[in-house]
Amino acid sequence: MEPGETNDWISLTEVPIAVGEVLAWTAQPDCGATVTFFGTVRDHAEGRDGVVSLEYEAYGEYCEGRMARVAAEARRRWPSIRRLALVHRVGVLRVGETAVMVAVVTAHREEAFSAARFCIDEVKATVPIWKFETWADGSSWGLPCEVDGAAHVGHGAVQRGDQSLRPS
Amino acid sequence: MARLRLFGPARSAAGIGEASAPGETVGDVLAWACDRFGADFAELLGQCRIWVNGEPAEREWPVAGHDEVAVIPPVSGG
Repeated sequence: MEPGETNDWISLTEVPIAVGEVLAWTAQPDCGATVTFFGTVRDHAEGRDGVVSLEYEAYGEYCEGRMARVAAEARRRWPSIRRLALVHRVGVLRVGETAVMVAVVTAHREEAFSAARFCIDEVKATVPIWKFETWADGSSWGLPCEVDGAAHVGHGAVQRGDQSLRPS
Repeated sequence: MARLRLFGPARSAAGIGEASAPGETVGDVLAWACDRFGADFAELLGQCRIWVNGEPAEREWPVAGHDEVAVIPPVSGG
């Protein structure tokens, strides 16, 4: 659903992302650049051929809050951002469906490209969502997006193998 | 007792998504969970973040009945 007074459209949705509606909302007459990113369900993953579906599970209470932090940090870095949309879908998705959408609208293209890249990277690293992959001959949780171990906004540190927690 | 929430691979390893967990600190809750859910869960916990009420938490933090302790495995959205 279209946000009210704000210039950020942040949403976690169980139904297909309303791409046209979001883009109609982001368009601004005095802005010449709209950069969009769509993350779509792919038919394979590392060592997993013939992926047929993904099920996204979320810690729903905190997803939109974390996406809002990503948006706020993007606006801090690129103050010229006019409108910004971050939308993530949860539930069962088929190959080709859009799982996540980013749209950034600015006066000029440079900031829009940079901010859109930042937003999708941070969303994938910090929003509490997990995907369960079902492929031709198996099923398992998706491999983590986080590969660099870098610090991200409000995400916290990993519990580095504390032996005292292991059952004796 | 605090409410324990488990997600993604942590939920699968435990076989349950939430539980009431005894303990006075975050560390107590996690130790209880490892004891109850076993070695696979405990091993996975080593790769997870811990949040309390939606914010990154330290092991020493006290918890009470209204607190929600969540095990956050490496995320894989997008």
